[in-house]
Formats: sequence, C-alpha cells, structure tokens
Amino acid sequence: MIGGLFIYNHKGEVLISRVYRDDIGRNAVDAFRVNVIHARQQVRSPVTNIARTSFFHIKRSNIWLAAVTKQNVNAAMVFEFLLKMCDVMAAYFGKISEENVKNNFVLIYELLDELLDFGYPQNTDTGILKTFITQQGIKSTSREEQTAITSQVTGQIGWRREGIKYRRNELFLDVLEYVNLLMSPQGQVLSAHVAGKVVMKSYLSGMPECKFGINDKIVVDAKGKSGEETSRTKSSIAIDDCQFHQCVKLSKFETEHAISFIPPDGEYELMRYRTTKDISLPFRVIPLVREVGRTKLEVKVVIKSNFKPSLLAQKIEVRIPTPLNTSGVQLICMKGKAKYKASENAIVWKIKRMAGMKESQISAEIELLQTDSKKKWTRPPISMNFEVPFAPSGFKVRYLKVFEPKLNYSDHDVIKWVRYIGRSGLYETRC
Amino acid sequence: MTDSKYFTTTKKGEIFELKSELNSDKKEKKREAVKKVIASMTVGKDVSALFPDVANCMQTDNLELKKLVYLYLMNYAKSQPDMAIMAVNTFVKDCEDPNPLIRALAVRTMGCIRVDKITEYLCEPLRKCLKDDDPYVRKTAAVSVAKLHDINAALVEEQGFLDSLKDLLSDSNPMVVANAVAALSEINEASATGRPLIEMNAPTINKLLTALNECTEWGQVFILDSLSNYTPKDEREAQSICERITPRLAHANAAVVLSAVKVLMKYMEMMGQDAEFVVSLSKKLAPPLVTLLSSEPEVQYVALRNINLIIQKRPDILKHEMKVFFVKYNDPIYVKLEKLDIMIRLASQNNIAQVLSELKEYATEVDVDFVRKSVRAIGRCAIKVEQSAERCVSTLLDLIQTKVNYVVQEAIVVIKDIFRKYPNKYESIIATLCENLDTLDEPEARASMIWIIGEYAERIDNADELLESFLDSFQDENTQVQLQLLTAIVKLFLKRPTDTQELVQQVLSLATQDSDNPDLRDRGFIYWRLLSTDPAAAKEVVLAEKPLISEETDLIEPTLLDELICHIASLASVYHKPPTAFVEGTGGLKRALPSRSGEEDASVMATGGASASVIPEPGSLIGDLLSMDIGGGGSTAGAGGTGNVDILGGGLDILGGTAPSAPSTNSLLGDIFGLSGTSSTTFHIPPKQVWLPAPKGKGMEISGTFSRKNGQIHMVLTFSNKAMQPMNQFAVQLNKNSFGLIPAQALNVPNIPPNQSLDISLPLNTNGPVQKMEPLTNLQVAIKNNIDVFYFACVMPIHVFFTEDGNMEKKVFLATWKDIPSANEVQFTLENIECNADGVSTKMNQNNVFTVAKRHLEGQDMVYQSMKFTNDVWALAELKIQPGNPSVTLAIKSRALDVCHSIFAIYDTILHN
Repeated sequence: MIGGLFIYNHKGEVLISRVYRDDIGRNAVDAFRVNVIHARQQVRSPVTNIARTSFFHIKRSNIWLAAVTKQNVNAAMVFEFLLKMCDVMAAYFGKISEENVKNNFVLIYELLDELLDFGYPQNTDTGILKTFITQQGIKSTSREEQTAITSQVTGQIGWRREGIKYRRNELFLDVLEYVNLLMSPQGQVLSAHVAGKVVMKSYLSGMPECKFGINDKIVVDAKGKSGEETSRTKSSIAIDDCQFHQCVKLSKFETEHAISFIPPDGEYELMRYRTTKDISLPFRVIPLVREVGRTKLEVKVVIKSNFKPSLLAQKIEVRIPTPLNTSGVQLICMKGKAKYKASENAIVWKIKRMAGMKESQISAEIELLQTDSKKKWTRPPISMNFEVPFAPSGFKVRYLKVFEPKLNYSDHDVIKWVRYIGRSGLYETRC
Repeated sequence: MTDSKYFTTTKKGEIFELKSELNSDKKEKKREAVKKVIASMTVGKDVSALFPDVANCMQTDNLELKKLVYLYLMNYAKSQPDMAIMAVNTFVKDCEDPNPLIRALAVRTMGCIRVDKITEYLCEPLRKCLKDDDPYVRKTAAVSVAKLHDINAALVEEQGFLDSLKDLLSDSNPMVVANAVAALSEINEASATGRPLIEMNAPTINKLLTALNECTEWGQVFILDSLSNYTPKDEREAQSICERITPRLAHANAAVVLSAVKVLMKYMEMMGQDAEFVVSLSKKLAPPLVTLLSSEPEVQYVALRNINLIIQKRPDILKHEMKVFFVKYNDPIYVKLEKLDIMIRLASQNNIAQVLSELKEYATEVDVDFVRKSVRAIGRCAIKVEQSAERCVSTLLDLIQTKVNYVVQEAIVVIKDIFRKYPNKYESIIATLCENLDTLDEPEARASMIWIIGEYAERIDNADELLESFLDSFQDENTQVQLQLLTAIVKLFLKRPTDTQELVQQVLSLATQDSDNPDLRDRGFIYWRLLSTDPAAAKEVVLAEKPLISEETDLIEPTLLDELICHIASLASVYHKPPTAFVEGTGGLKRALPSRSGEEDASVMATGGASASVIPEPGSLIGDLLSMDIGGGGSTAGAGGTGNVDILGGGLDILGGTAPSAPSTNSLLGDIFGLSGTSSTTFHIPPKQVWLPAPKGKGMEISGTFSRKNGQIHMVLTFSNKAMQPMNQFAVQLNKNSFGLIPAQALNVPNIPPNQSLDISLPLNTNGPVQKMEPLTNLQVAIKNNIDVFYFACVMPIHVFFTEDGNMEKKVFLATWKDIPSANEVQFTLENIECNADGVSTKMNQNNVFTVAKRHLEGQDMVYQSMKFTNDVWALAELKIQPGNPSVTLAIKSRALDVCHSIFAIYDTILHN
C-alpha cells in the first residue's frame, strides 16, 4: 500500500510530507526531488522506480503530488486516489497552488489522516468529509451527531446524509458530451467517439430513490420485450460502454438494465458513457495547404456547420498551426476574428456564434524565413473548439422518476431541468 | 490569517522560542506553536528536541490540536522511545472517549507508533475497539491489526487478533469488511512461511461478494484484489463469482474496473476456452478496457500497460478495437509509446493499411523516441503481416530518403530483420542503404548495416571496400560492431576468397591479437581455426542457412505472462516484472494462473507450444549466434545460453581434432588449465558473512571473510550500497587484537553508487599493536564513509595465521611434544570425518597445517601435524584415525593453551568442507 505521500512545489521543495509506513524514510523525499523533479526531461513515465522504491506522480499546475511505496501496490488505485485527493483539496480550498497548499497545510494533514490509513484509501467523498473535517474542531457536537457522522462515513449510503430538507424539491440534469474526431486531409473519418457524462444537481429532501431512463438501445430493447411496445422509438442509440457513480446499483443495471440510485446531495457525476456509432459531427473542417516556393505557404480552411439551422453553436475556435520559421501572416476571414499568435505558432480564428447548415472560410498567406534545416515541417493537425446545444451522440434522457415514500412529496412535485451540451474534445483534422 | 507564514520562520533561536511558546498558558499561542513545529518537521528540520513540550499539549479537548500533536508523535516517537511512553496514558484514555472519532483517532495513531512499550499497551484498547459498537472505530481497528502485525507479527497471533479480524469479515458494515479484508490480505502476504495464515473459503467469499455491492470504491478494490488470490474449487464456483463481479466493470473508478478484470482473467483460465460463458465474458471485457483510455493520462498509462498483457494472453478481446489506440497529438509521450506497442500487437491483415498510414504519420513527429519506435513498428508490421511487407519496405525507403539521421538508422536496423524474415526478396534496396553508410553513428545501426553487407557480399560489388573502410577504426568500435565486422569479413572471404585474403587476415589479427575482449578473441580464434583446417566446414558453419525469424517479437515469456496476469492493475503489471524484482523481502507467494482440472497436461503442452513460437527457438541458434549479434527483438539474449554451449562444444571438437598447428593457443590453454588446477586446491576460505547489515550501516551492507594468499592475510569484503545516495570516502581501522593485525594499505574503495556493490580484498599485516581478545579470534573493525562511522566485530578463522613455514622437523617435533607439559594437552573428538589419513593430511596441508609423520598402529592411523602462528607460537597435533570409524581423536599441544579450541574448530570446519 501507499507508504508515504509528498507534495512539492515546482522547485522541488516539500510542502507536505506524510509517511504512513516504516519502510519509507526521509531520504525518499529527496530521491524523488533529485531523480524526477530536477531531471524533468528524462522522466518519461508517471511511475518511477528509484532504488527499489516506486514513486507515482501527478502534476497540477506547478504542484507535484507523489505517492511512494516499496510494495507491489495496485497502481490504478494509487493514481485514482491521487486524482481524488486533488478533487478533495480543490473542494476545500479551490485551486491547487503553492500558496493554497501552504495556507492550508494543517487542513491537508488532517485530511490525509482521514483519507488514508496505513496507506489504505478510506472515505474520499467530499460531502461526507466536510461534515467532520471543518477546521473548527467538533468539540460542540452532541453524541447523536457524532454517531450520525460515523455511521455516515462508514455507511452503506456513504454519499448522503439523512435528514436533508428542501422547501422546493428540484433537480438539474446536464448531459455533457465531448466529441472527439480525427479526420484525414481527404475528409475521411479516422476515428470518432463521444465521451459523455451526465452531471446531476439534486436538491431533494429525505432519502429519495431515483430511476433514470435513457434511450440506450439495450435498455430500450429490454423494455420493449417486457411489453411497452409504444416506448420503442427509432431514436435509440448504441452505447459502447457506461460507468456509474458509486450510488448506482450496478448489479441491478446488469440484470434489469435499470439505472436506480439514491443521489448524493448537490452536484455530482451520475454516469459516464462512450459511443462510437452514428455520431453527428457538428462541424467539418476542410483544409487546403499549398506551398508556394520555399518561403510562402497558402492556407485555406473552410468550416461547415452540420446541424439544424435553428440551433446556434458558440465559442467556435479554429487553431491552424504554422511553421516555426513563420515571419508574417496575412489573414482574410468572412466571419469572426482571426489572429496570428507567434508564441503559440498558430493562427487562431474565433467565431462567437454560428447557426446550423452554414459555411465559413478563412484564407491565410504565411511568409516563411529561409532556413537551412532540411527537416520538413511536420504539419500538426488543425484543431477546433466549439459548443453546441445538443448531444452529438443522440443521447436522450427519457425520464427521471423520484420516489420518497417516507416524506409527502411525489414525483410530480419535483421540478426537473434537463440541458444538453455538446463540446469539442480533441477535434482534429490533419492537413 | 493564513498558515503559510509558518513556513518562513528561519530564525536562529527558533527551537528555544518555540519551547517557550509551547509551554505558554494561552491556548491560542500553544496551537500556533504546534503548527510551527509541524511546518518545520515537514521541510525536514529536526525538531525532535521539543518532544516533551509537544507531548504535553496532548491532553486537550481541541481535536485539531490533538491531531497535530499525534502527527508529531508518529514522526518522532521512534527516536525518543522513553519520552513516547509518557503519551501512553493519554492514548489509553482516548480509547475510552465517548466520541467515536476520538476513539478511532487514538487507536489509529497508536498503531503508527513503533515503540515496543507502546505496542504492549496497544493490545487491550485494540481488542476493545475491534468489538466497538461504532463501525467507524471497528474499521479503524481492523487496519490497526495490520499495523501491529507489521511491528510484531508474533504478538498478533498470540493475542488472537487474527480470529477477531476474521470475525470482522462477517461484520454488518461493508466498510469494516473491506478494511478487514485489506488487513488480512496484507498479513497473508507477509506470512513468513509463504503459506496464507487464513484460508478463504466459500462462505467467506460469499460474504465478501455481498459487501462488494455496498462498500466504497476503495473497499471494492480491496475485496476484488483479495478475491484474485482465491482459487475457486471448481468451474461452477468460478463462474458464479464471475457473474457477481461483472457489474463492477461499469464502475467509474478505473482501479475497480482493472481489479475486476484481474479476477475475471484469472478465473476464465479455469473454464473451457470455447465455453459460451467465456466467449460472452470476453466480449464484456472489451468496452470497459477501451473506456479506460478516456481517463486521465496517468490512469491511461496503467491501463495501457495492462492491456498490453491482456492482449498477449487473450488476443481476441480487443482485436477489433485498433482505432482507439491511435495516437493523439496531445497525448503525453508515455501514453504514445504504449499505444504504439499495442497497435503493433493488434496489427493484422485486416487493419494493416490503416495501421501503416498511421505509423507513417507518426514517423514525422518531433519526439525522437517516439519516431524511432514508430519506424521500428513499421518493420515489425512487415514481419508480422506478410502481405504488407512490400508496402512497409517502400515506406521505410521513403523514410530513409528524408535523411533524418535517427530515422535512417532505425530504418536500417529494422530492414535487417525484414531481410531475415524474407530472404532474397528485397535485396534490390541494398544499394540505397549503402548510400547512407557514412551517416550511421550508432552501434546497432552500424552493426546491422555490416551484417547486411556480409550476408549479401556476393551481390555488392564493392563489399570489400565498404568493409575495409570500417576496419581503420576497428579499435574504437563498439563490441557489437567489432563482432559483426569480423563475421561479415569472414563471410565475404568464404564467398570471394580470391581477392579478400588480406582483409580477412587483417581482421583476424585485429580480433585475436590486438583486442582484449574475450568474446571477440574467442570468435576470432574459432574462425581462424576453421578457416585454416577445413574451409568446407567453415562454409557450412558460417554460411549456414539461418532459421527465419518468426512473426511475434517482444512477447513476454509465457510463465511470466501468467504471473503478471495475476497481478493486473498492480505495479508488477506496470513494470512488466514479477514483484520479486522490485519488492524487498518477498520470497513467498508466487502467483500462478489456475488451470482447469484434468486439463493440466494439455495446458502444459499449450504453453510449450507458445514458448516455441517466441523467437529465436533455442537449439537452432548456432547459425544465429555466429552471424548475428543484434538482438532481433529483445528475446535473443534470453535464449542465448543454450546456443553458447553448442558453440563451445563444436569449437572444442575442432581444437581437439586438429594437430597442434598453433602452439601459441595450446600453451595458452595449458596455462589456463594449469592455473585452474592450482586454484582448485586452495586454502579454505569460509563463506562470506554479513558483518554489518544495511539497516545498521545506514544503507551500507558489509559482508566479508578472511583468506591467506602468498603468505599474506587478506580481509575479503563486499560493500553493498542499499541507500539512495552514493557512498565514498571509505576508510578502515582495526582495533588492537590478539594477533596484531593491521591493514597493510589504505582501504581503496571508490565511489559506490546506489544499488551497487563492490568486492575488495584488503591485505593485512601482523605487526600492529597486540591485545588479547576474548575469544582469541575476535576482531573489532571500524569503517568510515561519507555518511558515518560504523563499528562491528567479526571472528577470524584461526588458520589464516598459520604460516607457510610451519613444518617442523620430526626430531624437533618429538622433543617439543615431550617438552610441553601434559597439562597443555587438550583432547577433542572430530565426528563424521569421511576421509582417511591421507585425505586429512592433504586437506590440512593446503591450510598450512603440515604433516610431520604418519604411523600405523594397532589398526589405527596416527598422524602428527604441526603449525606455526604468525607470532611464532607453535602448536602440535596428533590425530587418531580408525579406518571405517567416522570419529577421529584429535590431541593438541601448545604452550599457548588458548589457541587449542580455535584449532579444533578449524580442523572441524576444514575436514567437513
């Protein structure tokens, strides 16, 4: 298991050091600094073995988090834990920066005491941690409250406390999708997939049981067999794989294809899914690069929006890489603003809004300096960012039903909001 | 108010100031002071001097302050064990606190304090906490049992904590169950016998599976990992466990998914491979594995390393998922390299076109390592998918045209492999390759190019010129290149003997006379002998038809693969090494995949078959080794051993069969034999003992022994650096001792980098100060290095002090024997002596104990021996040996009575050796 956990700043100074096991000594702190932080370019793996000691690290802005062990630990678990720890710290004090870590070091030690015991991850749910790690001490809590806390921490529904009350029962569902695309210069889709997630904000009283329905093919088919022929629509989609928050009863999903759960209070990620079939790509990028002699490059890029004309895409940004020896760029674009950013070696073309079934174009003349290096410019792909108000995978929420038998509100009293957002993940076209 | 200010105090009188603040009456001030102490501790300052003051702050009702004090105690208790005892009372009291959080905190912290006395006091509170009403306390106590086991395993067993832990497996609270499982797994793992202390059985497994549905994500990982150590009793049980685990594949936590995959992969081995269940399970495994690739890069890396193993074990699982492994422009380099590896493994006839166009794209990227690997991947595709070979070769040629130095070199290395797979097919490109001869500066590429020239010498008109151009710098070349050049020129000579005689003589003389590399010299001699005695045989050997290299390269050896499959998700699976390779002190539990009952033979057959397909097949290696030094994929080296023997055998035959035409070699060989002849009858040197264990030497381990060479005593030492920093500035000193031993020269130990060890022999003289030690042969040594000075004592074998001139004349012996009073005679019995009088005599003679006379008396052999110590003390011995009786009576007489016991001891050791 994890033998120790260290946090460093970018210079390699230790900000937090917590040792859980006897086999990890103080020299491990220095070994990581010398061999990894100070030798940054050479270390090409997030797992490093130095003198039979393994170091796992992740980096957040300028901060290094390193977990150390001398045993054959579950590596996936260590990384998942480090990531979870970042979430917890962010939930307590915001951005993970040197300033914030130093300002909250007592809190971090307190958290580390609770998050890991003898190197074994314990409860890492922020909502629960916040009930008893408060920085104020919990001297005043009554006996009942104390047992409530402990049963909460260890409980079967460790993510929700009892006795939550809202005057207005309300829930928000955000279906957030990231479209990833890799397209060849000829317009052939090399790979495309959607990584989606459903983020839920729940403000519900008591311990409500929720049932969530989506238009997944398997779920719909399963329902179809059971007689509800009517609900079967042609718009069901094939989800390759999905993963759920720990509140979802996985065994029930496996057997009955039903997504049922008792939600945590507030915001959390209910599910994540991935689809690869029948993705409607919101944009197409058509590049045209022509080398005119050795010192000039002509680039023309057309983008076509491919969705209902009534919808509007936002925050569109096209990034066209330029060679390192670019000396000047002339730009003409029909819409939006375009700029050559020398420091990023790219032309950045921004369009605020664009309706569906439209087309826009940019042309650029890039002047190059003469260089003697034989090495050809490698032409990184053109990448694109955008946000559209629909789910490119075709994902639909069919229902979300809430049952709370103990309190007197019913499914109809709950106010429900659903919103679909499609964003670009890695949306690249080679040129 | 922010806490960062605590990091900035660097004043001089800081400790003193803190001391007064810690003893302040104001609570607020106290708390501030403790925070400062913790901040100093974090950055590595030694604040242990404040121990009593900090410990005084322990009795407080402020939980935050209490936690900080506990943190301090955990850090420093070990260095101040006596002080730490003061804290015991507070701990014991806290374990009774009405607040469960405080009870748990106390029992958790107590377990982390590794002081014997505290550990004793821990038992009672721990027992109570294991039965506490509050689950939070119980789950903390469960982990504390593992802590206690780490400190004192015997205590845990004595106190019956293992049973309590086992009871917790049926606890009503899932988190308690999960922690109990984790603790039990750890205890089992640490079991000294290699046998688990607690066996899992079907009812326990059932309880675990129930808890699995309810506990936290981490608890699920603990449970799944422990399930992977359990072997179901039959196929049905395996199947039902699999069914209950499969839903975990949809968990958001990658560790849960991978641990579930591990259990499934392991249990699938127990089922018929064509069974419907296995087929459907395989189908279920693919999507979650693919999904792992959309997680954070670090998790992706772990997933990719594991996928690499999984597709070697079950290639079908991901065979349709090639596209998801395409490299993204922004992937971190470690993800890119791993994806590339997997792409090659998945490449097949169906997807090769796509793969090739991707690889070509990658070969133009920026990162050198990545580009190299991409180029190499193209070559591997050519070898793997025959239909694509032609396209691969033309792609490689395109890449060579780019003239980017490292691309060209890498391409030449893989083209060599392609030639070996498809001989006589693509030789037309040799001309293009030769154009780039000058740009090659890496040994592997140079060696590959030379191999190509040698192999196809008959088609390259100017092969002799090309090879000759390399000869000028022969001495400066890497061994790999030298060996290859030697072989290539011999090949050339055999193919075109008329005009290359001079060249071959030149290279043979370079290899045999001017080189001090034994491999090169040996090979040079073998060729020389072959060529001078039987050119036809030489042709057969050197130009033998080489076995084709087979398609799969870089496969992990099957038994290792099986072991790694049992370690999916763990570090072993990331390193692709068994845990023993990087974890200290795990001798025990080696994991192996279960096999299907009644199918064991079949599975052995299957693995045998699989191993044969890994290149190159052992046995067919002779031709390979002679002409190839370049590993065609990593596996050549591993199989090399078998081939070597063959070559030596063959070589010796040739040597023996021919007349001694080259006396120089024979005399050389004679010398070698002569040397080894004497060396095999040497002086008895006791095996090395660890004199200074690493924990005592701050990471330096010293083991050693004594020997006597050419009339001088040597201390033979091995220094091992087990610390993380280099060690240097060594010096040695010996305390006054019975024989006046002092070092004859300074200890000449260079810098020892971490994880390295060094053997050294230190000559000793016996003209130093003398002081009688008890026992006589005790020697106290001090060794200094840049870290500290270390003291240890060792016992010298007495026979190193026996001088070479210890042979007494018969008369003198008789006189001395009579002269020494019989009070100075000591009798011993040596048991289980197997050799006869002559044997004893020779054995002892090698150790400077000389036989003066031998007599046969009443069916007994009497042997009289003498020995002389470095300090001119004589000792005489009389041995009574009865043939057939393993007991030998030994009588020793000496004026210095003290030596007798040591002499007996050394007789005993030498004669039993």
